[in-house]
Amino acid sequence: MRVVVCVKHVPDVQQPRSLRPDGRLARGGDDDTLNELDEDALEAGLRTAEAAGFPGEGHDVTVLTVGPAAAVEAVRRGVAMGASGAVHVRDDAVAGSDAVATARVLAAAIAELHAEAPVDVVVAGMAALDGLTSLVPAALAELLGWPQLTLADRITVADGVVTVRRETSTDVEELTAPAPAVLSVTDQAFRARFPGFKGILAARKHPVTTWSLADLGLDPSTVGPAGSATRVVHAAERPERADRVLVTGDAETVPALVDYLSQKGFA
Amino acid sequence: MNERENGGQAGGSVAVLVDHLDGTVRPTALELLTLARGLGREVHAVWVGDRAPAAELAAHGADVVHEVEVSGADARLTASVVDALQAVLAAGVVGLVLVPSTFEGREVAARLAVRTGAGVVTGVSGVAVEDGCWTARKTVLAGGWDTACAVTGPLAVVAVAPHAVQALARDGAAEPVVVRRTAEASAAARAVTVVSRTRRPASERPPLAEAEVVVVGGRGVEGDFSGVEELADVLGGAVGATRVATDEGWIGHEAQVGQTGVTISPRLYVGLGVSGAVHHKGGMAASATVVAVNNDPDAPVFEFADYGIVGDLTEVLPALTAELRRRRG
Ligand SMILES: Cc1cc2nc3c(=O)[nH]c(=O)nc-3n(C[C@H](O)[C@H](O)[C@H](O)COP(=O)(O)OP(=O)(O)OC[C@H]3O[C@@H](n4cnc5c(N)ncnc54)[C@H](O)[C@@H]3O)c2cc1C
Ligand SMILES: Cc1cc2nc3c(=O)[nH]c(=O)nc-3n(C[C@H](O)[C@H](O)[C@H](O)COP(=O)(O)OP(=O)(O)OC[C@H]3O[C@@H](n4cnc5c(N)ncnc54)[C@H](O)[C@@H]3O)c2cc1C
Repeated sequence: MRVVVCVKHVPDVQQPRSLRPDGRLARGGDDDTLNELDEDALEAGLRTAEAAGFPGEGHDVTVLTVGPAAAVEAVRRGVAMGASGAVHVRDDAVAGSDAVATARVLAAAIAELHAEAPVDVVVAGMAALDGLTSLVPAALAELLGWPQLTLADRITVADGVVTVRRETSTDVEELTAPAPAVLSVTDQAFRARFPGFKGILAARKHPVTTWSLADLGLDPSTVGPAGSATRVVHAAERPERADRVLVTGDAETVPALVDYLSQKGFA
Repeated sequence: MNERENGGQAGGSVAVLVDHLDGTVRPTALELLTLARGLGREVHAVWVGDRAPAAELAAHGADVVHEVEVSGADARLTASVVDALQAVLAAGVVGLVLVPSTFEGREVAARLAVRTGAGVVTGVSGVAVEDGCWTARKTVLAGGWDTACAVTGPLAVVAVAPHAVQALARDGAAEPVVVRRTAEASAAARAVTVVSRTRRPASERPPLAEAEVVVVGGRGVEGDFSGVEELADVLGGAVGATRVATDEGWIGHEAQVGQTGVTISPRLYVGLGVSGAVHHKGGMAASATVVAVNNDPDAPVFEFADYGIVGDLTEVLPALTAELRRRRG
């Protein structure tokens, strides 16, 4: 079984984050880290491959990232957790890509991996904690022409058929599709393993394949700002909420709060 | 700037994907129609399925209602919904498509954008034409930044957050034109089989994402959500929870508010024993008014609450519910 897990390197959500004057997210800080939700994707990918015999002969879990130089840390973390292959697509022309343009690069890299040896499933996280669009997995499925099985909380692969369980806002569904398929997973079901010390050491030395756009046969005009149909035209730090009230006390504070709620039309 | 460089030109009419559950229109769909009507273009409501409530859709802004039947695949799959939208786009000049900014809606937006070359913006609180392009406003980075994003392609797909506008019916709307269409399911839709689909029991309260008032309980409720529920009922709101509360099993996972739960933007958010962690804030920072009760004066929630009480929930919450009831008489 061959699994590709998409992982993104993002600014730490616990640290102050900011947009540059051109509207792009300031990246490359020392605290940038693997998107936490992609650890769940990796866990799901590892478990799916393990059920088929990974890390035995003929099985592979490759972590794939698209991003600047520092993003290599995301795939290294993936290797430390147990992935057997690591690919980093890195090209200055990719900077400033919107979600669809990012998916275009990922899709080209996945197609390249699939040509090397057939891929069975692609697993993504439910969202990247910076852009938070959740657009990439569905865009990938459309670009690759592979079935979409997103927001899964259970995955099985047997006889070339992928089955997932998922919860929508109203229903619980079980869906199947022939492999290869594009999956995303929620943060509910695949609590990620911790990389061991040995894994972390091995990941330092593990080879990472680096591809440029040219390696993927992608025209630079199809990615980055040129290949994006969206453009940030305004970005400003939000002013603090004005006229904030903070009171200390217990039941005696309640009438004033109810006055406030009633002024706002809620009581 | 010439037309080519400027791209989109914000032409055409507006199509609205009408979210419905078993034939009942979701309130957020009426908000999208109201928003579309305000843009001054012809509004096309896209209804996947049959028996669209045409009069209700027209009252909120639809000039044309498209009832689209998808043949050959389950109609609720993302790819099927995209097939339905494409059938409508193929029939006329649409410049802007509005979808709800739910997980389902955003996935539809993503696939539609890939198929059509559209630009897509998610989590949007307002849309306008600026410098000849459809331009969408949204708040990002856990409520810290306001941005505007222009769509430079020929088509804009905008995923709209709940309560971006208030749904308003207009008087004397003309009878809408109802057009019935059939969309052939794409290979992408046909490839997926729905083995089973079970409706989860619905709560009596309004759905989280659509509620005007949301009362959220965090770790501070210490396992007992009954007080949270009572307050929600007095305010006519929904009950939400932090991930700590859902992980502890105090309430179902579907109640989770935050970056990995439901994104909400109600008119009133009440946080009870919620610390205001960034993962939680990211899913509620767009709330209009934020009230918080927490016994720790240093809780981050007090950095963004409009009205904060540093106090003990076990005292404040019952008093609050009782006082609201008393004033109602
Ligand atoms: C504040 C902000 C708002 C933005 N809003 C928009 C918008 O409205 N529309 C738009 O088109 N773009 C938007 N972008 C740009 C967009 O975030 C980037 O293009 C990004 O690379 C992909 O989208 P995402 O981060 O939202 O990923 P999501 O779609 O949320 O990510 C889902 C999953 O896809 C995979 N994935 C995503 N990116 C990568 C990657 N680079 N490498 C490997 N795997 C990846 C991961 O598995 C991830 O868990 C925004 C960016 C920022 C910073
Ligand atoms: C990848 C990832 C995604 C996440 N996604 C989400 C998400 O979508 N939504 C989410 O909510 N969280 C999410 N989290 C978790 C998040 O980081 C926080 O851990 C969580 O929001 C904290 O929940 P809490 O406020 O209930 O608990 P705590 O942070 O423990 O806060 C409890 C608060 O209650 C107060 N309190 C205690 N007793 C009383 C009392 N008697 N009276 C008054 N106040 C009292 C305390 O002072 C404290 O401030 C995510 C985490 C990760 C890593």
